[in-house]
Amino acid sequence: MNLREIGEGIRMAVGSLRMHKVRAILTTLGIIIGVMTVITIISLIQGLNRAVSKQIAGLGANVFYVQKYPWFAGEEWFEYRNRKNLSIEDAQAIAELCPSVENVAPVLYSGKVIKFKDRSTERVDIRATTPSHQDVSNTTVERGRFFTQTELNHRRQVCIIGQTIVKGLFPDEAPLGDHIRIGGRKFLVVGIQEKKGSMFGQDMDAVAIIPITTFQKLFGTRRSVSIMVEAKPKLFEMAKDEVTSLMRRRRHIPPKEKNDFAINTQDTIMNVYKSLTSIAFLVMIGVSSISLLVGGIGIMNIMLVSVTERTREIGIRKAIGAGRKDILFQFLIEALILSGIGGIIGIGLGGGAGKLVSALTPLKAVIPLWSIILGLGFSSAVGLIFGIWPAAKAAKLNPIVALRYE
Amino acid sequence: MLIEFKGVEKIYKVGEVEVPALRGIDLQIEANEYLAIMGPSGSGKSTLMNIIGCLDSPTKGSYVFAGQEVANLTDDELAQIRNRKIGFVFQTFNLLPRATALHNVELPLVYSGIPASERRRKAAEALESVGLGDRINHRPNELSGGQRQRVALARALVNHPSIILADEPTGNLDSKTGAEIMEIFKTLHQKGNTIVLVTHEEYIAQCSQRRLRLLDGRVQDDTNSGEIP
Repeated sequence: MNLREIGEGIRMAVGSLRMHKVRAILTTLGIIIGVMTVITIISLIQGLNRAVSKQIAGLGANVFYVQKYPWFAGEEWFEYRNRKNLSIEDAQAIAELCPSVENVAPVLYSGKVIKFKDRSTERVDIRATTPSHQDVSNTTVERGRFFTQTELNHRRQVCIIGQTIVKGLFPDEAPLGDHIRIGGRKFLVVGIQEKKGSMFGQDMDAVAIIPITTFQKLFGTRRSVSIMVEAKPKLFEMAKDEVTSLMRRRRHIPPKEKNDFAINTQDTIMNVYKSLTSIAFLVMIGVSSISLLVGGIGIMNIMLVSVTERTREIGIRKAIGAGRKDILFQFLIEALILSGIGGIIGIGLGGGAGKLVSALTPLKAVIPLWSIILGLGFSSAVGLIFGIWPAAKAAKLNPIVALRYE
Repeated sequence: MLIEFKGVEKIYKVGEVEVPALRGIDLQIEANEYLAIMGPSGSGKSTLMNIIGCLDSPTKGSYVFAGQEVANLTDDELAQIRNRKIGFVFQTFNLLPRATALHNVELPLVYSGIPASERRRKAAEALESVGLGDRINHRPNELSGGQRQRVALARALVNHPSIILADEPTGNLDSKTGAEIMEIFKTLHQKGNTIVLVTHEEYIAQCSQRRLRLLDGRVQDDTNSGEIP
């Protein structure tokens, strides 16, 4: 193919598409929908990726969790039930014996209703822990103070509460020094946590932090402790290894047996998230390939009509010297322009849909350049693949027969 | 010798039946001849014309065009000969309806790979030479029948072909316009062009130098008056 043929092909295609504007748009509908799906979903997933990576990074880059259950355990959960609980002593051992570990905080999570006078909250997160939790989870107290080691040792009923609880229970008075009831037990408010915002749609300020020893005294010791471990800078893997082998020793696991505890990291969440988005990608590939297939058949159909309608024109072109290749390329270019227009419209609509979602929801759609190239590439490929047969049919026409066609 | 037919036969297959259209044609056409092919319908004149015009190949026999045997050429090689050596004029004009007169005339040059600016100049010149210099941007539906046939003539001429083949060129025109077109053919012949005309009208054939009559796929009569009346 050379330039003159491309020029003539474009000229012919544009002329013929102008004649049948509505037909052209209807023909490319499948491609428009296919490309739109690709662009919309890619832009949303890209936007989601950014938001999620940011939130996951907020968990603390250097922190991992030693827990009884792995996150997102699913079906195997039942197998893990018989595992031995983790204890505060495990956390102490990690803090003392693992040199690559910076900080350790055992945590017990629970949900309880908090009351003050005649006001009460929904069930909110109760986090029972030690003072080192401040460092491991980057928690800052805005007013008042965190509870002390002494208060921990003496199982004092003191708490730090989040902003949402402050708003809910103390609309117009200062909560510091007041007594609130957590799960029916009296606690002294000693501090108010700095505002944390939300993560994955969950309010991080609907929380009360109490000493872990107090929790066990009041609510029992049946629960397994989660151990938050902050590694020293750049020693994350090393810290994980040290903690793993320490825990195996403490739990008497023979060398070839599997761990009977879980080390959960941000990667765990990231992996689950990635497997979710890969499902979204699969759905997208399914939807868009079906509509691209339908679009391709539409293009093939309309190109066959176009070839039949222009049989005489093909005859004329052949009579005055167009070769098979010339006719083939001209019709291929027409199919390509048709599908390309569909692709461009699809990219526009997909981008628009992404923008619309951005405007209506907190999710910010991001349209990467490669998705635009992908959309154009797909639509062009469809045009080429489904345009070949009609174009070959046109190219093979006998000029005498074609000239006689009415 | 521009054209030489030796024992050319053409047999069409219609299903299982073989229909002979040409049953052994021997024919020679010199450069700058003005030949009219005549005959009733079914005599094979269209088939002969198609073979001369390299739109079709003979089933049997040899056809030498400008020193080249064309009986065994491929489709694309035939297309090249049509493009460079042959100019067609049809009864129904056969212009591209959506293209301007200029673009229609440019078309053969597109397929011979001539750059756009030169194409435009040559096409405009050809339109000028048939008296349509002021109509180059009109589309066929904005032109009269005579004007359309002139555009077709310009298209046939634009590549300076060795031969101009006209199939009933006045068949769709009134007699006055037809006479004007025949006048152009005469001028072209005088300028040295070779013209082969297919017609069934005696008065059109009378414009030519030599008249070939076909009947049932054979040459019935070949008269050469040697000069234009």
